[in-house]
Amino acid sequence: MNLLSRKATCNAHGENSSYFLGWQEYEKNPFDETRNPDGIIQMGLAENQLSFNLLESWLANNPDAAGFKRDGESIFRELALFQDYHGLPAFKKALVEFMAEIRGYKVSFDPNNLVLTAGATSANETLTFCLAEPGEALLIPTPYYPGFDRDLKWRTGVEIVPIHCTSSNSFQITESALEKAFLEAQKRNLRVKGVLVTNPSNPLGTTMSRNELNLLISFIIEKGIHLISDEIYSGTVFNSPGFISIMEVLADRKCDIEVWNRVHTVYSLSKDLGLPGFRVGAIYSNDNRVVTAATKMSSFGLVSSQTQYLLSVLLSDNKFTSNYIFENQRRIKERHEMLVSGLRNAGIRCLKSNAGLFCWVDMRHLLKSKTLEAEMELWKKILYEVRLNISPGSSCHCTEPGWFRVCFANMSEETLNLAMKRMKDFVDTNTTNGKNQSHQNFTRNSRRKLLSKWVFRLSFHNREPKER
Amino acid sequence: MRFIQQNLLSKIAISNGHGEEIPYFDGWKAYDSNPFHPINNPQGVIQMGLAENELCFDLIQEWILKNPGASICTAEGVNEFRDTALYQDYHGLPEFRNAIAKFMGKVRGDKVTFDPDRIVMSGGATGAHEMLAFCLADPGDAFLVPVPYYPGFDRDLRWRTGVQLLPVHCESTFKLTITALEAAYEKAQAANIKVKGLIITNPSNPLGTVLDRETLRSLVSFINAKNIHLVCDEIYAATVFSQPGFISISEILEEMECNRDLIHIVYSLSKDMGLPGFRVGIVYSYNDAVVNCARKMSSFGLVSTQTQHLIASMLSDDEFVERYILESAKRLATRHKDFTRGLAQVGIGCLKSSAGLFVWMDLRRLLKEKTIEAETELWRVIIDKVKLNVSPGSSFHCSEPGWFRVCFANMDNETMVVALQRIRKFVLETKEPEMPPKKRYCQGNLRQLSFKSRRCEDIMMAPSMMSPHSPIPQSPLVRATT
Repeated sequence: MNLLSRKATCNAHGENSSYFLGWQEYEKNPFDETRNPDGIIQMGLAENQLSFNLLESWLANNPDAAGFKRDGESIFRELALFQDYHGLPAFKKALVEFMAEIRGYKVSFDPNNLVLTAGATSANETLTFCLAEPGEALLIPTPYYPGFDRDLKWRTGVEIVPIHCTSSNSFQITESALEKAFLEAQKRNLRVKGVLVTNPSNPLGTTMSRNELNLLISFIIEKGIHLISDEIYSGTVFNSPGFISIMEVLADRKCDIEVWNRVHTVYSLSKDLGLPGFRVGAIYSNDNRVVTAATKMSSFGLVSSQTQYLLSVLLSDNKFTSNYIFENQRRIKERHEMLVSGLRNAGIRCLKSNAGLFCWVDMRHLLKSKTLEAEMELWKKILYEVRLNISPGSSCHCTEPGWFRVCFANMSEETLNLAMKRMKDFVDTNTTNGKNQSHQNFTRNSRRKLLSKWVFRLSFHNREPKER
Repeated sequence: MRFIQQNLLSKIAISNGHGEEIPYFDGWKAYDSNPFHPINNPQGVIQMGLAENELCFDLIQEWILKNPGASICTAEGVNEFRDTALYQDYHGLPEFRNAIAKFMGKVRGDKVTFDPDRIVMSGGATGAHEMLAFCLADPGDAFLVPVPYYPGFDRDLRWRTGVQLLPVHCESTFKLTITALEAAYEKAQAANIKVKGLIITNPSNPLGTVLDRETLRSLVSFINAKNIHLVCDEIYAATVFSQPGFISISEILEEMECNRDLIHIVYSLSKDMGLPGFRVGIVYSYNDAVVNCARKMSSFGLVSTQTQHLIASMLSDDEFVERYILESAKRLATRHKDFTRGLAQVGIGCLKSSAGLFVWMDLRRLLKEKTIEAETELWRVIIDKVKLNVSPGSSFHCSEPGWFRVCFANMDNETMVVALQRIRKFVLETKEPEMPPKKRYCQGNLRQLSFKSRRCEDIMMAPSMMSPHSPIPQSPLVRATT
């Protein structure tokens, strides 16, 4: 008899993927400015380290919050005993207000519909347990966060069927892609229970357009299924077109209650506030039954009351939150620009993005062939020769080889500059044709751009183009 | 074209598998709607259904005040804030694991040492149990659990895992025997149910008793023979306040042959240190593959690093830890003595116990008849009239009606006195078939075997009660409270 469960002995935890292998290599040889300047620079970790000083100064000015005190009185005992899975009311109130603030107050949330969980990892798993049976499926647009394979499938027994998105339209979700995925599930005899999207997207760093959001809502109305919107990067939007949350579109469309009840949001403070260690996640649902079931399930991963209290005070400080949101976004934007221009300098382009802690980088021109193997080969080169840990698109289930997710917010400016330099050196020297190749591509593309401008002008004047 | 799908939520979401519909929680509701307060609501319901340890907060509070750096977010500790806030490695902060390993050793009188690399975090003991069930069993498989047991197990081990729990019925002495285990095992085999392991809680919830060496050894032999797992929930390890003392499974492993791949310990700081709000659960497995798998699963319930940091500092303070363990045991002993003496004064006996935050109170003689219904009726009277929230034995799957778990460590002395007064009043006013006028004669030391009054013997000497002179070893089980 097998001593352990099937779950324990299978690979569904997903940790054999390249996403995690890169981490392991990094652990063996981690970059350090002084102690290991030749080490691997970690660019595979979507952490937000840009705004800690804001948090630290708040803490220094608000010692009571972390010292288990309220109005100078010790509340240690109260906190130590507090294990109510409904969560600390003051914290939930502060959290929903923060969420509303991030959405420009265009939506409001009821704290009674919020369930606290140990990180978004737990939130996503818990929602899946609530909405789907083992053997049923969720549709997820590719590319997607590698952790979903573990979080949504491992212990729940639920399947993921990808909604394939491509660079042809900047990886946006289309109606046909949705239908295709639904049919694929049916072919595999999998009952689809919902669609899960990440907005802003990981790994793309883009916010979903109103059109895409409407498309999704129409789709779930038609199929009678759920929609989960993982909005953990909502506070990292630094540029137009700005963040439109699913709740906003639902309100605009004046959907009826039955549809509202099938839309659920996941949130976390790991990305926006840069506090992944504190394990603060949340599920927001309009369906009372989901809230009730998820609340009970949260027993398996409650947020430490010590942390709930600290953050309730932090997030209730409106002066702090509004300044933080603004400043944090400004810093992300700056850092994003650094990465984009640094890569451009090496002849490498990124998908145009306005959010997230990373860029979706196009290195297709550096591939030996348009294959997964070639992508892996390039990835390994970048890991071992260039000594940068970046995430290959295949680990995010991207169907087009050659895309990589590169993080920019988890290191100092100096380190980022160094990483860009290493990349440029690599492109310049390693691909002997690389320089010519990328230059060719670049000039070819510039020519195309000029041509299309010219074509437009010509056709406008009713004349045929001489060249394509 | 739109169509409405049926069953849009999962079965587990809409089922009662979370187990919260049971009457056990009615008592809580009664308390929540009318909570006792010495000044503001002296007629309110006293909560005696919550196994919390509130006796030593002053010690912890004092330590926290003296060690502001432990709270990383204070001015003294803020320089460590960033690294702590970023750290999400599921291995857990090394200093945290080291401190926990050391603490677990100290709680066991330093008779064994624990390897920090085998320590895996979980969302409280609640998360630990579920995690182990996911690692050790497939849906449909079963664990044997001796009754009476902690009601939360029904949810923790079964709800999302699809694993079954098979009760092991002990004789009315609440003694866990190999005969009972074998019977339960055979029954499972006959029903084609695959038994993957045995879950024991030692010290026991709700009994408050500890397992003796002989029983532990026989358990190890049993699970080795059957090649099934042994999950030892030791979350009450530091609540032992008198003899017989606590023997951990980890000690037994040093003394006898055992396939260590079968042994796993669940631990937590919720009971021993009274910190349920901080959600510090631990899975300690002697099986490398389980450690590996559990560690990956711990992603679903890691301990907040803010808390890891605090606990690491606190439990690394050897002087504080040693003082705490001693003082906690002392205060529990005093509270237990005062409480059981107060009960004995009105002829209410309790199962002799040396651990836990509660007593297993014997109210069988107050039952109209020996049925669960009568027990429930009595329980409702206790909640509604006596205004005490105690937990009826049936909620712990106890097959013998009339037993109640009563918590004593979650209140101050004054409240306990009020509770005892109410119990006394109730008992003295309650009519019962044989109302011995000289009942008071038999009060006092529960430990005495010889009683002048036969009626007293009925109360004190019921077969299910243990005495220190009894050759029958004690047996535990179960834990309590949500």
